[in-house]
Amino acid sequence: MVEAQEDFTQEREIKIIKGNVAAAYAAKSARVQVISAYPITPQTTVVEKLSEFADNGEMPGTQYIKVESEHSVMASIIGASTAGTRTFTATSGQGLFYMYEMVHWAAGARLPIVTTIASRGPAPPWNIWADFTDVISCRDTGWMISFASSHQEIYDDILMSYKICEDHEILLPKFVAYGGFTLSHTSKPVTIEDQDEVDDFLPPLPDERGWPHIFLDPERPMMHGNLIMPSGFYNEFRLKIHYTHTLAKQKIKDASAEFEKKFGRSYGNGLIEEYEMKDAQVAILNYGELAMQMEDAVDDLRNEGYKVGCVKLRYFRPFPVEDIIQIAKKVKVLGVADRATAFGSPTGGPVSSEVKAALYGSGVTTKILPIVMGLGGREVGLEQQKNQLKILIQLNETGVFPKDMIEGTLWDGLLEVE
Amino acid sequence: MNKVKWKNICEAKDKRPEVQEYKNWKELPPIPISLPIKGSIGTTGDWRTFKPIVDREICTKCGICWMYCPEGTIIRNDKGEFEVDYIYCKGCGICAKECPTKCIEMVRESEVNYG
Repeated sequence: MVEAQEDFTQEREIKIIKGNVAAAYAAKSARVQVISAYPITPQTTVVEKLSEFADNGEMPGTQYIKVESEHSVMASIIGASTAGTRTFTATSGQGLFYMYEMVHWAAGARLPIVTTIASRGPAPPWNIWADFTDVISCRDTGWMISFASSHQEIYDDILMSYKICEDHEILLPKFVAYGGFTLSHTSKPVTIEDQDEVDDFLPPLPDERGWPHIFLDPERPMMHGNLIMPSGFYNEFRLKIHYTHTLAKQKIKDASAEFEKKFGRSYGNGLIEEYEMKDAQVAILNYGELAMQMEDAVDDLRNEGYKVGCVKLRYFRPFPVEDIIQIAKKVKVLGVADRATAFGSPTGGPVSSEVKAALYGSGVTTKILPIVMGLGGREVGLEQQKNQLKILIQLNETGVFPKDMIEGTLWDGLLEVE
Repeated sequence: MNKVKWKNICEAKDKRPEVQEYKNWKELPPIPISLPIKGSIGTTGDWRTFKPIVDREICTKCGICWMYCPEGTIIRNDKGEFEVDYIYCKGCGICAKECPTKCIEMVRESEVNYG
């Protein structure tokens, strides 16, 4: 068992750092005890920075393990977490896909592992730039999935993640995703919080007895990961994971409120963040960094006299069904912009499909415009986002969907070479 | 058998119940676990295709079979002899493979002379 860190302290400090470095600082602030790492672009500098911290003696209570693949990363993290430690790792795109078998295992074993994903487009065609399809592919693994939309939010969300995941009523792993390069490799000021304050916010590190439901202890032997016959409780254990996701919604809101109280930074209600939604007639839902830029687009159109608003989706799993219904009720037209694909789904976009499913049967008649854009790091500029809002305004005024939609979805910003 | 709450699995070995009983999904612990109990998955001897038969005349009572048996189905009796618990032995054959004197023969169940 790793000794608790006692001799290292970090004072509150504002640093101009890359998104990946913010993730590394968050892991350090959370006093993670085991880090297992394998490099993959654009996540690499997360684990590079952490290895630097470990080498400098800035993380004296942390075991840093180098392994030969992402599959081994998650396997070793599962072992470490099973033994009762706070664990961290990071990956991207193809690396996450290689890790996939173990990703299911971590959730099934109910291990509170936190992993950051610097999201990148899946290959082929080979791609390393922002696209959330990688983390979305873990939709049904049982992991909680959140999106960070700013450098500060990467740091903050990782801290909140440990609080949520390690809650004894939750005990689930979580991905914190942010756009590759757009956030991972750009620099912004990030407040690194005082170590004592972070310690106070987070639950205490697990003691030598480990987690309440799973441990490796010769004095208390148990077998886990065992076979369940079809007549056994398999269905019921699956139900428990789903039910825990529904419980987690309130825990996420609570953690977000407590975070705001302690550190002064607010992320909406934790699940979604509304912007200029009070009198908005049309609105658009985004996630990740483009949700931040959309706030500027909304400001610009408000200056032009349009009543528009936007919503930032913070959590994809658990999906905030109730909040989505509430925001849809507020507006006449809701655009849902995906920087990810869900091939063959009702809309082609993962979140727009979920939004449509969430609204079915709720009595809400709001028009939904699914948008897919910015795949593989394709730039989505401010003007393009303003144009998206204008399309929604036009849809509200005329009731006619744009002509260039493809099978019910607006694939915005497709190349047209003359 | 007592109905137990899942938190009891945290207790030390001697305080834990031998068998956990759950009626529905709400009572279940977060993950399925097995506590050490003989034959928790049933009489696994039924799975056996080959039966290990020990030739007592050659056996030197060295205990290698007892050490290697992955299921703990080889038991040392009062005379110091090693016996197979056929209720649970799955017939994997590891004991026969490891036995230095080759006193254990794996015999197909259909060919075992029970006479």
